[in-house]
Amino acid sequence: MKTTLANWGNYPPVATTATSFADTETLRHTFETANELIIRGNGRCYGDSSLSDRCVVSSLKFDKIVAFDTQNGILTCQAGVTLADVLDVIVPKGWFLPVTPGTKFITVGGAVASDVHGKNHHVEGSFGQHVLWMDVFTGRGEIVRCSPAEHADLFAATCGGMGLTGAILTVCFRLKKIQTAYIRQRQVKARNLQEIIALFEQYKHATYSMAWIDCLKSGDGFGRSIMMSGEHAAADQLAGVPADKHLQLPPKMKLTVPFHFPEFVLNNLSVRAFNFLYYHKNYRRVMDSTVPYDGFFYPLDAIHHWNRMYGRSGFVQYQFVLPPAASERGLTDILQRIGKKGWGSFLAVLKLFGKQESLISFPMEGYTLALDFPVRKGLFEFLDELDRVVLDYGGRLYLTKDARMKPEVFKAGYPRLQEFLDIVRTYNPEGKFASLQSKRLLAGL
Amino acid sequence: MSKSVLILGALSDVGTALARRFAQSGHSVVVAARQTEAAQNLAADIAIRYGTAAKAVYFDALAYDSHADFWAQLSPQPDIVIAVFGYLGNQEEAARNFAEAQRIIHTNYTGAVSILNIAAQSMEQAKSGCIVGISSVAGERGRQSNYIYGSAKAAFTAYLSGLRNRLAHSGVHVLTVKPGFIATKMTEHLNLPPLLTASPQQVAEDIFRAVQRRRNVIYTLWMWRWIMLIIKLIPEGIFKRLKM
Repeated sequence: MKTTLANWGNYPPVATTATSFADTETLRHTFETANELIIRGNGRCYGDSSLSDRCVVSSLKFDKIVAFDTQNGILTCQAGVTLADVLDVIVPKGWFLPVTPGTKFITVGGAVASDVHGKNHHVEGSFGQHVLWMDVFTGRGEIVRCSPAEHADLFAATCGGMGLTGAILTVCFRLKKIQTAYIRQRQVKARNLQEIIALFEQYKHATYSMAWIDCLKSGDGFGRSIMMSGEHAAADQLAGVPADKHLQLPPKMKLTVPFHFPEFVLNNLSVRAFNFLYYHKNYRRVMDSTVPYDGFFYPLDAIHHWNRMYGRSGFVQYQFVLPPAASERGLTDILQRIGKKGWGSFLAVLKLFGKQESLISFPMEGYTLALDFPVRKGLFEFLDELDRVVLDYGGRLYLTKDARMKPEVFKAGYPRLQEFLDIVRTYNPEGKFASLQSKRLLAGL
Repeated sequence: MSKSVLILGALSDVGTALARRFAQSGHSVVVAARQTEAAQNLAADIAIRYGTAAKAVYFDALAYDSHADFWAQLSPQPDIVIAVFGYLGNQEEAARNFAEAQRIIHTNYTGAVSILNIAAQSMEQAKSGCIVGISSVAGERGRQSNYIYGSAKAAFTAYLSGLRNRLAHSGVHVLTVKPGFIATKMTEHLNLPPLLTASPQQVAEDIFRAVQRRRNVIYTLWMWRWIMLIIKLIPEGIFKRLKM
């Protein structure tokens, strides 16, 4: 029986056979009977990375937390556990995720397969760098334990490898110690692009930092933005919260976007108005506050199904990274092209990556910008144009958010691609683990 | 008061949801299943997530001879026993091949009677306890699409009803659960109507509440009570000609 599936961007939808596993025997059975499959976690990647028109295997029932060393902060869990579930368990015991992306509704397996980054990449790296070991059910049908020391090739190709080496099973990773569930946040307004880049330099040592950019503003205010930096609050920095509540969050209301918004809701004017309000809600240039970690890391998680704001035809997220030397020129170039089109996105998030030596993971030193674009006529041609600009400046695109780039763009952005493919061929020789994305990008490679 | 809950067939989707739901309210949990490693993982998961005692034990519903020993080695004796295990099987296969029919009947009925007889005996003596049997709306009226499974569940429903009658005199609570469609691995390949299909978590929540309230028979989702009432009211002369 075929079901229609799409990931968070609602683009592309695909008719497929959907199945799941709660134990390795079931996974083995599916592996042996399907001629092609891909593992999918909570479907929060944006495009087609975890989709297949043959067989999509959900890991969401493979969701047991197997061990938690509360002394040393080491958690071992199955790949289908979500970061939200991990946080519920670890925060009350004084631990936090080493790296978290902007949503907690992804699975641990997805965090590894995408080698996700967070607001702390410049100091603490990507998720894979905190993984001690993991078990992978490879395309040869064997369960292989790998780590930076053991089957290191498999380990490297699985971190950021988008599930092409096989199914990630159990993951053991390091946590970080916290004293409270709160973040001391600083918000600083920048009038333009030069200012925000200077601010990132100035706040390089802050544990967490990112900026929201208004990409529709031209002239003097081109690139105006708000930078947010943060540190975990220490126990003695929490005024007004009783000591026994330091590791607990106040209860919150949840909002839901109940249906797909009609396409006309998100137009140039509404995005401009939103950006204006967002920028000006900070009435002082620098604002300090202490906030629950949830709001700091996952502001959009509070609005369930926010992806429905983009209407039924869905949206794509466009995230690229540019090397430091080319960043300012490259960002200016790209933001100008977007401004000229008038296709600003609600959300334009800028962030500085630190150095990272990766085989196939997205992060590398430099600035990364993430933008949302509703799917519409002419969009893909425009993004092809942006792709060329990104490549010209020596950058690359994030696979987890991609639904449309061309194979040449992928190839040019990832210099160690051949090495990655050789490892994939070793562990997944018949290409049984394959996604719409891998078939699109690796055709002929 | 926190009680000890034994879940027979804990690795099914509903079994896992039940184990977590009871643990979340502070009950200690014993998860029983054939796959030892997966059961141990579930027990570890429960202990870590909810901070309650949880352990895994080996249990095979079809190994009737082992049931008395299985029960005897449980310590403490559980306050609540939930029989979740079941086997949908393949109706067409079961109509042709008696081995499949037998497996359906024995898993859904004989195995349940074997272990619950022992639990009932023990709870009757202790004059306290709760037995929960997960039957099915399929047992309400035989239909061509799954009457082997349905007949085993009908027998199980009748068994639970008799057990309730007998144990009422010693204060032991017996709950019959009649789920309709549930989105589980058992039904993954079926095209189920979303409005009539419960998640394992919804079913677990309904059962948890019915145990607290000492209910006798529940349907989950609730609308199945009315759907099955209509299906039961169709005269046999008409019913036999329907394709259900």
